[in-house]
Amino acid sequence: MPEASIVIDQVSKRLGTKQVLRGVSLSIDPGESLVIIGRSGTGKSVLLKHVVGLMQPDAGTVRVDGIDVPSLGTDELLTLRKQMGMLFQGGALFDSLTVGENVGLPLREHTDAQESQVEMVVHEKLHLVGLEGVEHMRPSNLSGGMKKRAALARALALNPKIMLYDEPTTGLDPITADLINRLIRRLQERLGITSIAVTHDMRSAYHIADRIAMLHEGRIHAMGTPAEIQSTKDPAVRQFIEGSAEGPLLPT
Amino acid sequence: MNETGVERLADRVPFRPILNGLRDTGEVLLLIGDVFRELPHGIRKLPLIVQQMVAIGIGSMPLTLIVALFTGAVAAVQASYQFRDYVPMIYLGTVIGKSVVIELGPVLTALVVGGRVGASIAAELGTMRVTEQVDAMEAMGISPTRYLVVPRIVAATLMLPVLTIFADIVAIFGGYLVAVLTLDVSSHTFTSGLRLYFHLRDVFSGLIKSVFFGAIISTMGCYYGLRSEGGAEGVGVATTQAVVASCLLILIVDYLLASFLFRVLFA
Repeated sequence: MPEASIVIDQVSKRLGTKQVLRGVSLSIDPGESLVIIGRSGTGKSVLLKHVVGLMQPDAGTVRVDGIDVPSLGTDELLTLRKQMGMLFQGGALFDSLTVGENVGLPLREHTDAQESQVEMVVHEKLHLVGLEGVEHMRPSNLSGGMKKRAALARALALNPKIMLYDEPTTGLDPITADLINRLIRRLQERLGITSIAVTHDMRSAYHIADRIAMLHEGRIHAMGTPAEIQSTKDPAVRQFIEGSAEGPLLPT
Repeated sequence: MNETGVERLADRVPFRPILNGLRDTGEVLLLIGDVFRELPHGIRKLPLIVQQMVAIGIGSMPLTLIVALFTGAVAAVQASYQFRDYVPMIYLGTVIGKSVVIELGPVLTALVVGGRVGASIAAELGTMRVTEQVDAMEAMGISPTRYLVVPRIVAATLMLPVLTIFADIVAIFGGYLVAVLTLDVSSHTFTSGLRLYFHLRDVFSGLIKSVFFGAIISTMGCYYGLRSEGGAEGVGVATTQAVVASCLLILIVDYLLASFLFRVLFA
């Protein structure tokens, strides 16, 4: 058994008056694709932000390749983050930069690459996500799907070992969503990128996951392969994957 | 940021405003420490600094000059009213010159720029925060302090004295125009008064103040912008807080610096 690439152990987090995470434990192997499902507001994105060190746990540990993330200083954290890519829910492209500048920013900041090399990588990454000829456009002129794909190209710019996806298909049309799903799967299969995706899009979850974990009431409620999750008898999981208003999960 | 301890304490004791004030002070000091740590890297980002200098300096120039022109004009009217029958009009230039370079130029410029630039920085960084652009920057290993905060603070700290110099000149010119055109004071009388008791250290003291004011405005804009939360409403709150905090700190620091400069340094 290889050393797990990401280990989350008994992580708790309180935001304001709400206890969001209550001892979450997960282990993700190198090259594995884990999907975390759960209702809105259950702390899926919060958990993801702990992995990249954007949030610090109140209790518990988060280890990436054996490195304890919360204990890292600013510079060490910045170094670790260069090996990780994160796709944010709304894309989070920088409004003040063009799409090309957005994708090229990590290269310009972290490498000594010549301008021509940066432009080549920008073109290559945009081509990878099916976007071409948009280098000089502003993010505000792109559609939701294009923004997300451009953001994915930016997250991939430094060829990360780990990718974190926050709702990668939310708000996209089914065809673009499928394109993103295929892309995530391809990145994981061909490049061996370890990935964690949080979503409530079950179609996407089945497509990209090696394992699916359901986050419920601040804990991992269920865990299994897509086939195991699909055939589970757990009423909360069944209600969620079938998208039913009736069951143990109450409307919020 | 882990607020759990502070939040729990605040739930128990009725001192939330005090705790919030202490927390803000501590966090601003941490931000300032971070800025000094990142300064050597941040000042290499010359294009970003120049971009901010243009936005802050050139962008604020028209408003600053209009405010300065009328400030000088009003100073002339008010001073001449108080001088009438008691003080010779030769001192009109003296009092306008001194009050403008020591106090009115730096402080009014800072208050105007504080409203304009402080709000703009807070709104821009606040929007970046609530749309996760700041998180995205951190997630790709780029320090927001280095990339966003340092260029703004450096630019504002450099540009405020420049704006103040222009404001001083235009305000004195405003006073001169009113004196010569409407108060029956000759050009020679006004300029002679202006040269009387003129000390270069007065100009320097105003410029030293403006350096601090520039740092205050940009630091408050960055601090409140980066801690925005809760969407558009949060950005609005952050913008208001940045402007209010800037204006209060400008006046408080003005008093402290005036005390130091004129009671200690130039005493």
